[in-house]
Amino acid sequence: MTLTPLLPLAFLEGVDPWILVFSLVTVGVTIGMGFWSARQSKTASDFYVAGRSVSVGWNASAISGEYLSAASFMGVAGMVMSSGYDALWYPVCYACGYLFLLLFIAGPLRRFGAYTIPDFAEGRFDSPVFRKIAVCFVLFIGFFYTMPQMKGAGVTLAYIFPGLPYWVGVVLVGAVITLNVALGGMKGITLVQAFQYWIKLFAITVPIFVLVSVYGFYGSHLQANSVQPAVAGAVATGDAARTLETAGEIGRKPLVEKAPKDDKWIAPFGPLTTKAVNAAAAALPADKRPALLAEYQRPYSLLYTYSLIIALVCGTAGLPHILVRFYTNPDGVAAKRTTMWVMILIGIFYIFPPVFGVIGRNLMPELYTGLAGIKGTDAVVLKLPTLLGQRFGVLGSILSGITCAGAFAAFMSTFSGLLVSMTGALAHDVYGRMLRPQSTAAERMRAFKFAAVLIGGVAIGLGCFVEPLEINFMVGQAFAIAAASYFPLLFMSVWWRGMTMKGAATGMLTGGLCALAAAALTNFSTLALDKGPMGKVFAGFAPLNAFWAQHPLLRILCEQPAIWAVPVAIGLMVLVSKLTAAQVPRDIRLKMLVLHAPEQLGLKQEYIQEHSAGAGH
Amino acid sequence: MPPSSTPPDEVHSEKFLHTLMRRQLKLSAACAAAFLLVLLGMPLANYLAPQFMATRVAGFTLTWLIVGVLFFPFVWIISWLFIRRSIALEQDEVNSVKR
Repeated sequence: MTLTPLLPLAFLEGVDPWILVFSLVTVGVTIGMGFWSARQSKTASDFYVAGRSVSVGWNASAISGEYLSAASFMGVAGMVMSSGYDALWYPVCYACGYLFLLLFIAGPLRRFGAYTIPDFAEGRFDSPVFRKIAVCFVLFIGFFYTMPQMKGAGVTLAYIFPGLPYWVGVVLVGAVITLNVALGGMKGITLVQAFQYWIKLFAITVPIFVLVSVYGFYGSHLQANSVQPAVAGAVATGDAARTLETAGEIGRKPLVEKAPKDDKWIAPFGPLTTKAVNAAAAALPADKRPALLAEYQRPYSLLYTYSLIIALVCGTAGLPHILVRFYTNPDGVAAKRTTMWVMILIGIFYIFPPVFGVIGRNLMPELYTGLAGIKGTDAVVLKLPTLLGQRFGVLGSILSGITCAGAFAAFMSTFSGLLVSMTGALAHDVYGRMLRPQSTAAERMRAFKFAAVLIGGVAIGLGCFVEPLEINFMVGQAFAIAAASYFPLLFMSVWWRGMTMKGAATGMLTGGLCALAAAALTNFSTLALDKGPMGKVFAGFAPLNAFWAQHPLLRILCEQPAIWAVPVAIGLMVLVSKLTAAQVPRDIRLKMLVLHAPEQLGLKQEYIQEHSAGAGH
Repeated sequence: MPPSSTPPDEVHSEKFLHTLMRRQLKLSAACAAAFLLVLLGMPLANYLAPQFMATRVAGFTLTWLIVGVLFFPFVWIISWLFIRRSIALEQDEVNSVKR
């Protein structure tokens, strides 16, 4: 069964019709729902926060749908396959970071009532200047976060259409989503996002259940990764014998040269966190290597692990495109309930991607060397179900089609969510508040559409550069930037009344920009190692790798900056606020009451009256 | 829920705000401590007792089972307890003012 005779287009050669159909249906339904709801959203309020009328169930599904990105759907599985245990921190912290949001930020933020984080920044400190600074970070974090989504799009399309260049996929998917956002706004997005969560959950669980029932359980596949008998040909006893037996049962294939060894892969402090020290050791003469490894390998990878955990947990509580959703809750209690449901929905999801990684390692080790058109293990979720084709014919293609549909849902939903929050920042904050405060509603709507196209274009451009970088790794960096900028801002200004605008701005700018610079440097030096065209573009950064080989600690601190950037941000906030203590907003007690007192006391109304009468803006 | 009337003056006292924030922060901090203890304890356990954490349980290593599977329900329980307590706390505050 092939489409080639029907459609004489060269790029359709080798396309699996099932995969194509499932993907097209997902894209079609997404766009259709966007257009359908576009007709229902009329006012600016509808466009930004869906008129604040979304129920807990819908909102929780929508937040989950928006949050589960290409990194969660494809990246986590790919990274578990390539790096083993250490990569588990990603799904765990992606899901559990919401607890910090729930405990410290969700309720108060909703009570304060503002469209966006910049609104909050301005309202809390009565400072239009601070709004501008806060807007910059919506864009910084947003662009960093869109790059991996674009890579997900490029990889998936290159998988569906073998031979299609990576950048074509990026441009195609980027253009479709940009159009969708420009026409639908957020009301459309809420519905589409909620729908896409359920697509993603379905698309990850169904193929897993089938794979597991055919090829053995999660546990059996991990059992097969026990340490192999040391001497080849020796009679295996005890645990090792059981391992070989299990490996035989599940039909494990021999590992390729590039794959990490079993004992390193399954144990903590494996290839991901020891990379910097290993690179440093490789630069030394052979006789000095064991001493360096023995002394630094484990302590440094413990440091790496902690820094990663801090970035992911604090970063989740500071993602602008997620935070904007909390304003669609009717009140603070609903905001808290929503957060709990989000944790349950995404927690269920995150149990599954690592299973793909584990099974992929045993049954499809050829992915380590890369298949035609796809670099690395990021495509394991898409490719693994095709194994079933050997036994059950068309079932393999159907399941692979389902995971492709899930991947589309993943990068489309996150990219559109990011696009809405970035466009909102540009249209609502920059245009509506700074450039043309007197503009009419129609002009603002036009600005929203124009901003969506502009930002979509930039994101597509950036996405074309990042093919050699791992999806999950890039998302982790976006989290680190959020952790060092928005998280300290929100946490401190909700719970500490002594905070001044200057303190908040200094801390957020320093922490955020340091993390941004560190992450960018790491990426540039990785791109410089690429053998393709990107290596030439970024060749100027190649000497950095030699420097890092001599200073592995600095490399780790650059790759995972959260462990120093978050304390720096919070420390500066406290220090500068103390120095400028006279500038604490005068009505700080009322502000704090609005943030913390239950809505039933009606303080919000009073605050608005007093503010419009007193301040006169 | 629309506010019925302007809140009593008691709400605006320094004492009220102080107690309000203190009670809520105490609850949040307690939940965060339980969460962080386990989350930050895991890498340390891996570091200090690698042999023990590598014990096989139904094919999984112990540490893989905890981080990859069991950690999720643990966090759901914390969040459920937190929500129940914090909603009760807010109700309590409303009652104490309206009375």
